[in-house]
Amino acid sequence: MSIPKVLGIETEYGIVVAGAPDANPITTSSMLINAYISALSERVEWDFVDESPGVDARGFSLEGGSGIELDTHLVNAVLTNGARLYVDHAHPEYSSPECISPSQALLYDKAGEEIVIRAMMNAKRLLPKGQEIVAYKNNSDRKGNSYGCHENYLVDRSIPFQKVVAELVPFFVTRQVIIGAGKVGSEFPGKSASKVLFQLSQRADFFEEEVGLETTLKRPIINTRDEPHSDGQRFRRLHVILGDANLSETSTWLKLGLTAIVLAMIEDGFLEDLKIELADPVSSLREISWDPSLTQTVLLRDGRRLTALEIQQAYLEHAIEHAEHYGMSYLGNDFDGPALLAEWERILGALEDDSMRLADTLDWVAKWQVVQGYQQRHGADSQDPRLAAIDLQYHDMRPQKSLFRRLPMRRRLEDMTITTAVTNPPPDTRAYFRGTCLARFPGSIAAANWDSIIFDLGTDPLRRVPMMDPLRGTEGHVGELLRRVKSAAELVEALGS
Amino acid sequence: MAEREQVRKSSSNREDVVEEEAAPSTERSEQLKAELDDILDEIDEVLEDNAEEFVRNYVQKGGQ
Repeated sequence: MSIPKVLGIETEYGIVVAGAPDANPITTSSMLINAYISALSERVEWDFVDESPGVDARGFSLEGGSGIELDTHLVNAVLTNGARLYVDHAHPEYSSPECISPSQALLYDKAGEEIVIRAMMNAKRLLPKGQEIVAYKNNSDRKGNSYGCHENYLVDRSIPFQKVVAELVPFFVTRQVIIGAGKVGSEFPGKSASKVLFQLSQRADFFEEEVGLETTLKRPIINTRDEPHSDGQRFRRLHVILGDANLSETSTWLKLGLTAIVLAMIEDGFLEDLKIELADPVSSLREISWDPSLTQTVLLRDGRRLTALEIQQAYLEHAIEHAEHYGMSYLGNDFDGPALLAEWERILGALEDDSMRLADTLDWVAKWQVVQGYQQRHGADSQDPRLAAIDLQYHDMRPQKSLFRRLPMRRRLEDMTITTAVTNPPPDTRAYFRGTCLARFPGSIAAANWDSIIFDLGTDPLRRVPMMDPLRGTEGHVGELLRRVKSAAELVEALGS
Repeated sequence: MAEREQVRKSSSNREDVVEEEAAPSTERSEQLKAELDDILDEIDEVLEDNAEEFVRNYVQKGGQ
């Protein structure tokens, strides 16, 4: 049986200062995040002790070659909803708390958007008149610079990593027909915008390897960073760097849900008869992205050529059968599994028939319809900067400027639920313990990270409470205790640590 | 926004449409296209005034 698919999303936002185009991005990112956390009563720092982004899932370690800087002087905070809000490289980044289900992870991704919106509003009051910090939830500046939206999934450590790679790559290369965020033009060297007016994915132009450890250059389809943030004997954290940042709730939910389903099938040995191996995954990724008509075929190792939709259909058929044999309780609730399978089927059917039917559902289709409509209305040619502006402004986080918010997209969440998730943790993972401790005892917490909290009780040496299992520390485990204790000291004593 | 909601209401009141979900695919596609005109009006209002400068100034370095 597959293990529960604990999951979450980390998003690097694009950032500019309207009215001051030369502003330093690191300073700007810091200001944005400080504008949010300084408005909160207390602030707790992130603890880097257990982080090792240079450890490789293939079994060897890189020394200093990861390109990751753990720069502790940058702004870095833990929030009461269990998330982490910080400056990564030159971007503001929000990492959602660990979630139990795809719909919950969608909720906390959207809560992150709300946090960024509030941060922008706070920052505007601090800046000179006429200036404002604007964040964009996208992945490219259209000049060859890309930044990531990474997904994380809990995977059974006993499954050989090579098996995960082999059975996951065809799904990863083709899932963009559903969850791509769309992009006007291309940034791939030598592929001019006149050849690619519009493509499915923000990110496909930037991938150069099938498997690897890097995230900033020579980006791989499967990232091998092996940093479980949990018990490394039992768990792996699959760190997915391929995806686009989505605004459509359906797109984010499908991205997480379908990937979790495929991982569960791999854990259960259910994809061994899939018989789909791509001859050249990296080229296929781009070829599929560059063809919004979805008719492009890609070459398989056995000589066949299939479309992305045909490959997705093969995964869907396996998923339906897998659900009949094994159920879908690994998705953390009763409703996500059946709803995901139904939506996957509906969407593949609609994409096959007339993708424009999904302009109210999927990011890339919504954006493509607007771009085409605008082109027709204004007679804009493919090089018209207004089309590029539409591409960028689709992702503008300011509600009054966002083009996405002007579209009649189907919703999966209610605004009130998102507001609650801005400050309250998910009850079903260790994020509950992290967030609730932070809300109740901020003055007694020296630092926190994904798998521990360090308490400063004022008298003893600092006390670290480990949280090595993402499924412990839930409201069911510690809710009663956290409501009962009067102080952090009492809590630590009760925990016996 | 109000206008677009009206478009939606009037089409769902028509006798041949039972539910939005059950609407035949071509009809759903047509409905979305009708809404697009209103959306394009809004986009004309809200799109950055100087698109060329806006796109040129949007530079992001140092991402993953």
